[in-house]
Parts: sequence; C-alpha cells; structure tokens
Amino acid sequence: MSAGTQAPLSAGPLTTSIRAGERGGARSRRPTPRLLVTALVLTVVAIGATFLLDPYRNYQFALIAATFCATAGLTLLIGLTGQLSLGHAALMAAGGYGYALTANALTEAGIDGVPRFVLSLAGAVAASGLLGLLLGLAAARLKGPYLSGVTLVLVIALPAFTAVFSGVLRGDQGVQIAYDGVPELLRTIIAVEQWQAWVAILVAAVFVTWLAALRNGSAGLRMRAVRDDETAARLQGVRAGRVKVLAFTASSITAGAGGAVLCFVTQSVSPGAYTLAFSLLLVVAVVIGGLGSLLGAFLGSIVIVMLPWLIQTATGALDLSADAAQRLTGNLPVLVFGVLLIVVTAAWPGGIRGALPKRPRRGATSAPTEEPSTTSAAAPIPTTTER
Amino acid sequence: MDRLLFLLATGLARGAIFALFALALVLIWRAARVVNFAQGAMAVVATYVAFAVTGLTGSYWIGLASALVAGGLMGLVVERGVMRFATHASPLSGVIIAIGVVMVLQSALGIAFGPNARPMEAPFPETPILLGGVPVLSPYDLFVLVVAVGLMGLLALLFTRTSLGLQLRASAFAPEVSRLLGVRVARMVTAGWVLASAVGALAALLLVPTELGLNPHSADMLFVSAFTVAVVGGLDSPPGALIGGLGVGVLISLVTGYLGATVAPIAVLVLLVAVLLVRPGGLFAATEARTA
Amino acid sequence: MSHARPRSAPRRTVAAVAAASALLVAMSACSTPSGGDPAEAAPGVTDDTVTIGTHQPLTGPAAAGYSSISAATTAYFAYLNENGGVNGRTIEYLVKDDGYNPANTQTVVRELVQDDEVFAILNGLGTPTHTSVLDYLNQNEVPDLFVASGSTNWNQPEKYPWTFGFNADYVTEAEALAQYADDEFAGKSVCVLGQDDDFGDEFIEGLENVLGEGSLASVQRYSVSNQDVVAQIGAMQAAGCEVNMLATVNGFTALAIGTAAKLGYQAQWMSSSSGGDAVTLAGFLGDAAPLLLEGFVTTNYLPYAPGNEWDDLFRQINDEYNDGAPFDGNTVFGMSVGYLFAEALAKAGDTPTRQGIVDAIQSGDLVGNGLVPLAFGADSHAAYKGVSITTVADGVQDFIGVTYVSDGSGGVEPYDGEAVPLENDGVPTS
Repeated sequence: MSAGTQAPLSAGPLTTSIRAGERGGARSRRPTPRLLVTALVLTVVAIGATFLLDPYRNYQFALIAATFCATAGLTLLIGLTGQLSLGHAALMAAGGYGYALTANALTEAGIDGVPRFVLSLAGAVAASGLLGLLLGLAAARLKGPYLSGVTLVLVIALPAFTAVFSGVLRGDQGVQIAYDGVPELLRTIIAVEQWQAWVAILVAAVFVTWLAALRNGSAGLRMRAVRDDETAARLQGVRAGRVKVLAFTASSITAGAGGAVLCFVTQSVSPGAYTLAFSLLLVVAVVIGGLGSLLGAFLGSIVIVMLPWLIQTATGALDLSADAAQRLTGNLPVLVFGVLLIVVTAAWPGGIRGALPKRPRRGATSAPTEEPSTTSAAAPIPTTTER
Repeated sequence: MDRLLFLLATGLARGAIFALFALALVLIWRAARVVNFAQGAMAVVATYVAFAVTGLTGSYWIGLASALVAGGLMGLVVERGVMRFATHASPLSGVIIAIGVVMVLQSALGIAFGPNARPMEAPFPETPILLGGVPVLSPYDLFVLVVAVGLMGLLALLFTRTSLGLQLRASAFAPEVSRLLGVRVARMVTAGWVLASAVGALAALLLVPTELGLNPHSADMLFVSAFTVAVVGGLDSPPGALIGGLGVGVLISLVTGYLGATVAPIAVLVLLVAVLLVRPGGLFAATEARTA
Repeated sequence: MSHARPRSAPRRTVAAVAAASALLVAMSACSTPSGGDPAEAAPGVTDDTVTIGTHQPLTGPAAAGYSSISAATTAYFAYLNENGGVNGRTIEYLVKDDGYNPANTQTVVRELVQDDEVFAILNGLGTPTHTSVLDYLNQNEVPDLFVASGSTNWNQPEKYPWTFGFNADYVTEAEALAQYADDEFAGKSVCVLGQDDDFGDEFIEGLENVLGEGSLASVQRYSVSNQDVVAQIGAMQAAGCEVNMLATVNGFTALAIGTAAKLGYQAQWMSSSSGGDAVTLAGFLGDAAPLLLEGFVTTNYLPYAPGNEWDDLFRQINDEYNDGAPFDGNTVFGMSVGYLFAEALAKAGDTPTRQGIVDAIQSGDLVGNGLVPLAFGADSHAAYKGVSITTVADGVQDFIGVTYVSDGSGGVEPYDGEAVPLENDGVPTS
C-alpha cells in the first residue's frame, strides 16, 4: 500500500519528463531516489497504522496487501500493454506453492526465521516468474481474446494440476507449512496478526516499488509504445515481443509475491483458494480502481477484500429468514461487483482513481494531448492509465 | 476396440453441444468483435425459463421454443442495455462488461432460485442403441447431433443465401462501408447478438439433461470448453467451431477414458496452447492478423 | 517540462500520507489487541449466552446439498433455547458462508474467533476447507468441535488437541460396506468409483483392507469439475462390475446411477454416507428416482429412520423451527451435531471454559444419539467408529439391523448393542 499510494502520484511528472526528453534513450535517474523516499515514508505510515487496528482488521490489512501485490501487477499488464489476463489467480497460486514447497524443504533442513522467509519468497518469485515467462512467451504471439482464453483455461486447469501431481502439491487439500510466529524481540509489543500485516506491507512495498520503477523507466515507455501502436513501435526499433514478455513476467512475479504472502499469513496454499471467481475479482479490483493506476489497484484491493465482509455484516444485521439470508450472503457481493464492473467500464472508465481530484500538473494540461500516438480505438481504457 | 468406439461416440455427442455453443460465440465475434463471456450465464437464464415453461405446460417443445425466445431476448437486452456502451471503446471493455454481466446474472439466479440443481428430463430416451453389441449413441444423442448439424446448415443458408445474412456479414467485415451503402449496422449488430444468444440458449438446454441438473453454474464448464473450441477453430470461422467442437469433445472423452477424468482439463490446456503457438489465430483463421 | 517535478512531489506525498492515514483510521474499529485475562469468563460466554460459530458452503457449486445442515443445527438450538438452554444459557450459532473455498474459510474463521469472539467452532464443513484452519484453531486453543467430514485427519489428539471429528471416517465406512458386500454378495465382482482426492483414497484403502489388495475389478476416479461420468461408468460396465462402491458426494452418486441407467447397465450400488441420502438423491434423479434407487445400499450412524423416536423429535423441531424445510439425512445430521454440542456444554459445568469442554469430551462420558457408541476419549478424537447398513426398499431408506464397528486392526466386527435412547425430549442435562 505504501508504495502504491505514492507511485501513481509521482507517475505524472516522471512520465512527462521521459516523454519530453530522452525517448527510449538514457534513463531518467533523478526520480528514483524520490520514489524510494516516498515508498519508505508510506511504508512507515502503513506499519504505524497497524497499531490502530485490532487483530482481525490487521489480518484484513494483510490480505489487502497480498491482493495489492497481484492487482498492481495486473493493472500494469492491462493498462500498459493491453494484455488481459484472466489467470492471475493461477500465477498467485504458483507463488504460493513455490513459497510453501521451499519453506517445507528449508524446515526439514533445519532453517527457520528470517532466512527461511526470504529464501521461500525467492522460491515463490522463481516459480511464478517461470510460469509467467512461459505464458508471456505464448502471450506475445497472441491477441486479446486468445490470450484471455489461454489464461482462463489455465486457472480452470489448476485443480487438475494439483491432483495429477498430488505427490508434491497434495491435491485439493493443498500444502501446509510450519507456523512463523512473532520474532522474540517483538513478542511483547505486537500480536501475531500485526506481525503478519507488517510482513505483508513490507513485501508489497518492495514489489510495488519495483513495479513503479519499471513503469516509470524506459521499459514502461516501450510498453506504452507497443500498446498504442505496435507497428509504429517496431519501426522505432522497439522489440515488441520482448517488451510483452517482460511485462507479463514482471506482472507474474508480483502476483507470485502476493501468493507467497497469503501462504505466509494462512500457512497453507490450496487450489480451492485460487479459483476463476477469484481471478475475476482481481480484474474487478483493477477496473474499478482505474486501469493502469497503482493507487487504483490499491483502492480496488480494499474494495474486493472489504466489500464482501461489509455486505455479510449488513445482511447479518437484517432480520431475514434463514433461507433468504443463505441466498443473499454469498450472492449479493457478487451482484454488487458485477454492477460495479459494468457501470465503471461503461460510464466511469477512470475508475475510483479517475474520480479522485486531479493532482496539480504544471505544463501538462491534459493527458491526451501529450500522448504521442493513442489510437482512437483504444480511447476510454488506455488513456486512463496516465492519470 | 469396443471401448474406443464407445468413447468416440460419447465424445461426438458431447462435442456437438460444444460446437453449437462455440458457434454462438463465433456469431457474436463476427457481428461485434467481442468475445461474449456472458454467453454461458445468459444461456442458463434462458434454460431456467424453459424449465419453468415445461413445468407449467408439460411440453418439452414449448419449453424449447421459449428458451429460444428468452435467449434472443437476453441477447437484445444485454446488447442494447450494456454492451452498446462498450462497442466503441477498446476491445477489453467489451470483455470486462461481459464478465460483469456474468456476475450479475449468476448471483441473481442464485438469489432467486438457490443453489440446488433441478433435474431436467430429456425428450428422448438416453439409453444407447447397441451397434454390434457395443453401446453407441442414444436417441437423445442423435437428436442433439441432428439439431446441431441442422442448425449449422440453416445458419450457413442464412448467411450465404439471404439478404439479411449478406447485411450481417457486410456490417461485420466492413462496418463503415456498409453504413455508407445503407446497411443499418447497429441494427445488424443487435441481430447478431439475438441470433447468437438464441443458439447459445439452445446449446445449454441440450446439455443440461445430460448433467446433474439445472443450477446457476450449469453452463460454466460449457462456456470454458466452447471458448476453447472457438479459439482453437478460429473465432471467425463457423466451420472451425463445428470441427473444433467435435474434436474437443472426442479429446476430452478419450483422455477421460484412457488417462482419467483428472487429466482432462490439462489436455484441453495443452491442446489450446499447442494450436495457438502454431496458428495464433486458430486453425481455421481466414486471414492472419496483421502483426507488423 | 521537468520544472514541474521538484515542487509538487512533497505536497503530493503529504496528501497521500494523510489520505492513507485517514483510510486506516476509518478501517480501525477503535480497539487495540488485548492479551486476554485468564480470570475473565471464556470468550463467547456470558451469564446467559454461549456464542459459537461455523463455516459452511452456502453458495457456489458445492452449496447444493449442504446448505441445509447449518439451518437444521440452528433450528435445534432454537428449540433448545426455548426449553431453557444449557445451564441457563442460550446458544447463539453464527453461520458463515465460505463457498467451499479454503481462502474464504480462513477469513471467516478468523472473523469468528477474533471479531465475534466465539467460544468454539462447531461442525466446520469440508476436508480441504477445514484443513486450512486446523493449525490456526489449535495454535489459538479454540475448541474445534465435531468437524463435518469423514477424513481421518481430525483424529490426531497429539498434534491437534483441540480438534474433534464427527462423521464416521471414510476408512471405517468402506470397511463396513466391503464386509457387507462380502457377506451378502459373495463371489460378485466389486468395483469402485471415487472422488480424486483424500475422500476417494481413504475409501479405497478401507475397501482393500477387507477385500484384499488388488481385489477390486475396476477402480475409477472422477473430478468434481467434470459432470460427465459416462467414460467411467462405461469402463465399469465393460469390466463386468456387479457391485459398485461409490466414494461420491450426493450429486455424483446420482450422476453415476443415472448414467448407468442411461447406458442400460444394472448393478448393485453401495455408497458412502456422504453421498447416500435417498431424499437428496431423489431430488437429483427426478421422476425415475424410485426405480433407480430401489435396493440402494449406504450406511448411517445417526437415527434417521421412520418411526425412530429421535427422528420423530427432529421432524417436529424441523416443522416448528425450520419453516418445515424438506426433511432429509442432512437435517438429522445437523440436529445431531447440535445435540452433541449441547451435551458436551452441559457436561462442561456451570462456568464453561474452553479447556473445560475439551476435558468433558475427552472424559468419554458423552453419549450422543448415535447407533453405535461414541469413541471419544483421551487418545481418541473420533466420534463414530462404526456404521449401520441401510437399504432403500419400496422407496423408503431404512436400517436393516446390520451394524459394524471397527475392530481397530483394518477390519470391522458386527455390533449388536442398543442405539442410544431419547432422553428428556432431546434437551441435555448436566
């Protein structure tokens, strides 16, 4: 969250400076320290905020942070390269399994604590990165609906993979890992949920800051160029295929980090947690947050974690018959998400981010005028990516 | 050998339904350049209508007719009501709105009817006819095959031999030119949606009696399989939908029979990736998309 | 344009920090973590209420056939509360939907424990779902009572001292069915159709314990994501199977029997109790149900039989407190779970504590309402280690007086003890 609230805010001037000057040339170096400083400040604020929350709220906070890792990657993938992945839940699962299997191997080898966490996280990054790379290689050759189709079938096939390789992946029950308690030093100060929220915040901060740097750098510029007009980009010497693969892999790695955090928080990973419905919820989050915006992805993550809980609490407070309550409880949030998805896409394409007050931009009055080559066909969704 | 024949026949019967549903996806793609992710949910709504009508009248055939009408109406409502807002936006917004429609329809059905599956009777016996001692196809399977192939023939006639078909094709391939020539393109897009949704509703109606029963998620896997079929066959190609449908049906049946039910989704994924890597526009793509 | 950069950044940062802080303060429920005072009453217990919770699939594809369980438990508690509750306390039962998704289970169980501060989790449903909260509940020392699944995982007192099972486990069930098949249909070829997870694995293990390894003529598996079992049933037909064992959930039991009928294939069907409720199956099978289900064999360990005194009481409660919902095996299951919890709570004394209720269950004094004795004890966290055979005759599913209990060494032995009689109108007393 920390880095997320910061990243989109600084995106405007950064991208402006790149556009104005070194197109694809020397990297703009000055913004990076500020990106890091802002990320740091926001991370500290987020960690401070955990002291205000009770354990369950901290658990929800950790869920939001984990979800944010995935939505941040997804929003950049869709917003910056126009590739719609419906399979990000499967990429999160890859990260979760990578984390769990590494952690269990390390536990057996007698390693625990921080080294185990860091190495397992590396395992998660490796697993999701590899899967993302393979998918990205296929994706680079595919256009819109074809890519969506492959990722859709991938997430549907996830339970089949865990069942076929049940010796390692343990089928429907999934893999359980050893419990990571609060470190000795902090044990008197904070509860375990708060500690888990800290870890989730730190991981999200690191990975989202990395994404923000990637987006603000020349790689992000090339991605936008390919999205807006692939042919023109190729003529300029941009290797479109490579750019798409890079975007998919980066997006996959952050999704995997999100899966690793979820595995760390809940001590388990199983295919039932990473369904098509969850994949679609990730899409809901980035769309209602505002495609391409990291702040939007963060706000969207809050919505998809908190809204079902709010609605359940609200329906619980109503005096309904048992049957009516049962039908409403799980279906009503989905109904609301569906309506949000339609309304936001049709009438409010900037999402929540687009509706927030615009930050002051000097020398840049409106995004479209500085877009060098936005095609009219791609108008509503991609232009919002710069907000 | 007997086993192979049995699995092939089973696969063909199931594949015919996939083909029909994939055809509905292809029709909308050709008319509006949108993959209708809501096709499954829309078809289930129409099947609920058929279920209610059959329950009231006692006639399967009136139920079937009402499913076609309800399917067509769903197409009209969804296209005019929500999809219209997406057509001139990026291709992504159409997909995203369709996903929203799925969520709305499935949750509304869940709230209205609850999660329980309602059994639906087939109009013909489902006991297979023996062919040389081997059970092959049931009368109901034959009915499904006849309906699927017959409907495809009718659609082929519609597109090649009638003025409406010509206008539909023209507005799909060259909307601007068609508009200049006096074709009412917006109306043709709507016509494509109505037609496709009716076909999709029919496919779901044919599928449900072979499964557990009608529930809000009845067409989930049908959509996934048919989408695979449409992508493998080429989103532009009705013959691709037919051949792809039968192919995927047989593949799933053979893999389930010889390797186990668990492996089937993986086989579908492998097929999809393999086909797309060789031919990114599907097996029967008319023209390669411009890439550079 | 680079002149735009330096000045706006700090302001934006401040704004973002402020926004983030405001957001988090808004999220906070004005409470900070508290250690919990041992002198206080146990969580969820007040002078006149005990609050407990559960996770159940109420929505999604798995909800069909299971959502009636928690409604039945709730109805039983309503009846109990109206009759004075337990030791003067009424029971509040919080039912949370997890959609059979382990990620949701983890969230709702934490909500129950941390936010709603329940005394215990009762009857959490499903193997993959409940497995995902097993460690959490035991680390937090929350009583995890009477899990609704036949997995053997719940019976690990050393590793999971706070977890207790309810269902007769799949292994015991399969052993009983295999023994019955061996006695009743000797010499016929036995096959199995199993779900492709632990349910199927443990069931097949039980069958082979009794019939011998490799004695099954055909072993078929299905996946819940594919509602087409023609290939599997076709293979069983081709293999000449005469007695077909089913480790299937209700929907797939119906699918298997219906598919076989369509293929013109007749066999003796014997199913796990998880997928053997005739009323539910009839709902799936429609008009053909009476014909297809005749002679169908399954097991039960609860008093679900026409004319049984428990059954009569539960029907009354169902009419009065559950809006007369359809009465089936799930209703009896849900109410029996409620009764067993009430009994355990009564035995835990006037000031129930979490440790107290666990001790009460481990004491071995609970009776329950089963057809076989409860197996709870200090070194056993399994509820029922035996089952009674039922068949469908003339459309009515009833016991035939054949009951088996586990002999503890990979087999079963006949049991001829009495079922637990109804006492005090189903309101437990301490």
